[in-house]
Amino acid sequence: MIVLKANFKYNVCWLIIMIAGFYIMNTLIMIGVIDSFIENMFVTIWINIILATGLNLIIGFAGQFSLGHAGFMAIGAYVTAIVTQKAASLGGFYASFVIGVIVAVIAALLVGIPTLRLRGDYLAIATMGAAEIIRIIINNMKITNGPAGMFNIPQFATWPIVYIMMCVTTIIIVNFINSRGGRVIKSVREDEIAAEAMGINTTKWKLAAFVLGAATAAIAGSLHASYLQTIAPNDFGIMESISILIIVVLGGVGSVTGTFLAAVVLGVLDTVLQDFGTLRMVIYAVALILIMVFKPSGLLGTWELSIRRLFNRIKRRSV
Amino acid sequence: MTTILKVEHLEKVFGGLTAVADVSMQLKNDELVALIGPNGAGKTTLFNLLTGVIPPTAGMIYFREKEKLVSINNKKTYQIADLGFARTFQNIRLFKNMTVLDNVLVAMTNQYKEGFIKSVLRFPSFYRTEDEILKKARDLLAIFDLDKDMYKLASNLPYGVQRRLEIVRGLAMKPKILFLDEPAAGMNPEETADLTRLIRQIQQQFHITVLLIEHDMSLVMNLAQRIYVLDQGKLLAKGTPSEIQHDKSVIKAYLGEEG
Amino acid sequence: MQTFFQQLINGLSLGSIYALLALGYTMVYGIIKLINFAHGDIYMLGAFWGYYVINVWHFNFLLALLSAMVICGICGVVIEYLAYRPLRHSPRITALITAIGVSFFLENGMAYLFGSNARDFPQVVKQVNYDIGGVRISNIQLEILITSCILMLILQLIIKRTKMGRAMRAVSVDNDAAELVGVNLNRTISFTFALGSAMAGAAGVMIGLYYNSIDPLMGLTPGIKAFVAAVVGGIGSVPGAL
Repeated sequence: MIVLKANFKYNVCWLIIMIAGFYIMNTLIMIGVIDSFIENMFVTIWINIILATGLNLIIGFAGQFSLGHAGFMAIGAYVTAIVTQKAASLGGFYASFVIGVIVAVIAALLVGIPTLRLRGDYLAIATMGAAEIIRIIINNMKITNGPAGMFNIPQFATWPIVYIMMCVTTIIIVNFINSRGGRVIKSVREDEIAAEAMGINTTKWKLAAFVLGAATAAIAGSLHASYLQTIAPNDFGIMESISILIIVVLGGVGSVTGTFLAAVVLGVLDTVLQDFGTLRMVIYAVALILIMVFKPSGLLGTWELSIRRLFNRIKRRSV
Repeated sequence: MTTILKVEHLEKVFGGLTAVADVSMQLKNDELVALIGPNGAGKTTLFNLLTGVIPPTAGMIYFREKEKLVSINNKKTYQIADLGFARTFQNIRLFKNMTVLDNVLVAMTNQYKEGFIKSVLRFPSFYRTEDEILKKARDLLAIFDLDKDMYKLASNLPYGVQRRLEIVRGLAMKPKILFLDEPAAGMNPEETADLTRLIRQIQQQFHITVLLIEHDMSLVMNLAQRIYVLDQGKLLAKGTPSEIQHDKSVIKAYLGEEG
Repeated sequence: MQTFFQQLINGLSLGSIYALLALGYTMVYGIIKLINFAHGDIYMLGAFWGYYVINVWHFNFLLALLSAMVICGICGVVIEYLAYRPLRHSPRITALITAIGVSFFLENGMAYLFGSNARDFPQVVKQVNYDIGGVRISNIQLEILITSCILMLILQLIIKRTKMGRAMRAVSVDNDAAELVGVNLNRTISFTFALGSAMAGAAGVMIGLYYNSIDPLMGLTPGIKAFVAAVVGGIGSVPGAL
């Protein structure tokens, strides 16, 4: 039970940080420091964190280059839109999460089983194609209102719900990474042949990471649809997948902390540059190129924030 | 001594090239057997056939499961590994960006279950299994003097230690057979002597069958109880080290016609 | 039968433009294993250059084409030097993101400077339609077809026959080994970018002529299309992309 006791302390610390974040946000909104404009920025950042953490699991930890993340996001978004328009209640909203995740998992299995055999760029093309297919299907269905998209989706996703869902999905992914499953998918990333020789069914584990990433993307999509109340098939095209990829690579492939940092940096940058008009994207692009050229492994590389290490450092200093 | 692995008339043809032809061999419990032969004789191909990396063109491979010899011809690599086959690679294949400890833990994957829900929600039982498996891994690393480097990345270890870690990683799978593909490649005489001691220690302490591919004759003659000689895909000779040393056909294959 | 040939002619002339674009993609991919997302935007630059010189300096088609090739070639080399060269030894995904960044930069930079509206490409060549057995061919289509065939032929000759072409092929197989036998890696890669970008520039001018309309985001779709074409056709091989 040594591990349990030691970890209990760290887990409590993380819990305190999460609750503190919630209350700081809450207070700032109440005293009027954060207006709806900034609240909107935060919610967008959090949804991006959910998306990018899931994609980082697939790319950074399992080593599978997927360019189709927006497709799974679209599934979650449309399921929530359709379900909550039919059953406009909080219960319906939560049910739509579950249905969205299930549909996304099935889609991920259908996409993953044939494509995860491919490597590198071929996998990227295949997943990109799969996401396009999802988008085109949505584009041509009646229930999704075709290319015009859906409007007046009831807003159930308030900022606290988005915040909590971000915490929950992050906990799930980080805990998965730091367990048997995480070690296995990392070994598959490092050397597939050696992992196979260790008795590991590499296809199964690659698929597991892919499916888990897709499930969190569906959750992000549900939140996106319910918070913004308007969605269209073109919101989930290749550019959306690429912008999630940018967050992952900018933060550092294989660092969840980096994903958080990059999502915040890009989100704030985006909001600050709002007044610059067309110049906004030019500055954004230059910033992107400069960070990549001067910090090729991303802002944080593979570094992770660890309360345990922090504690140990404080202990050492006080001794 | 019971037979643990039996190979009958194994053959592998790549395109028009016969890499392994009509090889039959047997491995018994707790035996240390060496497989030697000139470069390109088909030794690594034979290893790959036995571990299911490539399928044979013809012939049968049997492995002892409980009391019976069972064919493993159609099994996948990971299934064969799960039956009790561990191997190392000619050009070390460690999980380079993972710690020494994680390398060993990955090899133990099939010896414990954590369950998705239990691990992501961190149930107490998760910590219990984690505790147990960590202890096992640490104990194993301690036997081979690797516990002090436990949290180092595998890629930061010196070459000789990387070789040792790869063998220990294989052992962590609790195998019945350990295949070593040129473990002494690139080592100096001192390191080779250490390796010889290590392999002997493993065989005595863990009671497993070891099949060894090696070019270093001093190591082979020192360790092996039996030797198979492969030349151009065919089994040229088999026997004890002293028999092999005096076998005319082996000398001819190694030194040419005049020798 | 007539519609078939009509479609064939239309497809061939448009397809040959895409082929020029895909060629650049493939060459760059073959040589440094980078999916150059900015390639489509170089083609956009080529179209804008053509628009500019024809309107302001009253260049004829051939001159516009050649100058666009030179300018785009230089742009390609500069982009490689500034954005990709520092990343030659970093993870490939980093270089990919940088390429996307360059693509954003070019698109939005042009949109900032010239506005994001589509504009009419000047008609330098007066359109004449020929009727051959019921199939209509315009002189523009013919011109495009002939120009791209000549360009592809030149490219093939450069790759197969010149010393630089040999160096390019060597680098695409193994750049370390190529460097060991005395190939100047930097110069070879720069040359590849110059060549690929020049092709894209030519394609840009021709598409302007073909569609009569250009805008800063025009490189995006053909960029992705050419990328897919290049991968499906066996990325890194020149005939595959065709």
